[in-house]
Amino acid sequence: MKNITLQFIPYAEIAYISPYRRVKYLIDLAVDNRILLIQGKLAPEEEADLIQETMKRIGKKRSRFKGIELTTFSPKTKNLSFMQSFKENVAKTLLGERDVFTIVGPATIVREIKKDPKKIQLLLRK
Amino acid sequence: MPIKIIKNFFKRVFYNLFITKKHVKLGFYGPPNSGKTTLANRLCKDWVGEDMGKVSRVPHETREIQFKEKVDINFNNKKITFKLIDTPGIATKIDYEDFLHYGLKTKEAKKRAREATRGVIESIKWLDDMDAVIVVLDSSKNPYTQVNITIIGNLVARKIPVLIAANKTDLKRIKLKKIEAAFPEYDVVGISAKKGHNMEEFYETLFDLVKKT
Repeated sequence: MKNITLQFIPYAEIAYISPYRRVKYLIDLAVDNRILLIQGKLAPEEEADLIQETMKRIGKKRSRFKGIELTTFSPKTKNLSFMQSFKENVAKTLLGERDVFTIVGPATIVREIKKDPKKIQLLLRK
Repeated sequence: MPIKIIKNFFKRVFYNLFITKKHVKLGFYGPPNSGKTTLANRLCKDWVGEDMGKVSRVPHETREIQFKEKVDINFNNKKITFKLIDTPGIATKIDYEDFLHYGLKTKEAKKRAREATRGVIESIKWLDDMDAVIVVLDSSKNPYTQVNITIIGNLVARKIPVLIAANKTDLKRIKLKKIEAAFPEYDVVGISAKKGHNMEEFYETLFDLVKKT
């Protein structure tokens, strides 16, 4: 049976580095066949950079890398009172979006990521 | 990139105040095989009388940016000149082995994959140069994909007006309502670019979109 590494990346580990280094760090780990569970999410421009960097790595000699599966999800808390949502927004502004998670999986391992509001399914390759 | 965003912003303000815009750079973006080139061809056929690019059932048929200059569209006694920019489909993974299932030889499939990766990079680079964008989605497929979210997120970040063309409505099991629910802030028009269904509504919404540029 194939070994699969799931690596958790806390918000603090990537929040304070430059966008370029952040994208490079994540793609290096994905090329190394790790499934990444990242606390927080990338900005849209960083997601675009991540896709561009992914494309540059596909087809490199001696590499079986074929790209990534990527998804972002947020466990939304519904029906918050005005004060609760105010507190949440203040926390987000001060601490960043820590209640959002991003999954990046190498396409050689992860065939598809399915998500609905309550669960995330990683469909793996045989 | 922030300089480009500021430049685009001032360019738009200046144009809206002093100049009647004559040429609108209209991009066609979306995932592979959603019908971007088919829609660009439909516009070209309707207004220029010729096709713009080749279409195929094999994904990543468009692997280079394609242009059509000076496409005059007349609708409801108004005329706008567009420069149409058809882009390669954006994907997060490209596996040459997928092309083998369509009957391509290994060498040909590897070449296609190599060109497709370059195409994705080019598509993303071109985002900054658009005045307005039509995001073409296959209405028979799940719209909640990260590629769709990333494309639209990047257009919003660059303040580029977006129209969503939910294409292939001639197919069975279309998910038009799901697309509308997925992107409630945007105009969604269900069309079949191949059959030419609902193009009147599409052109009307396109002209409304140009007003936002």
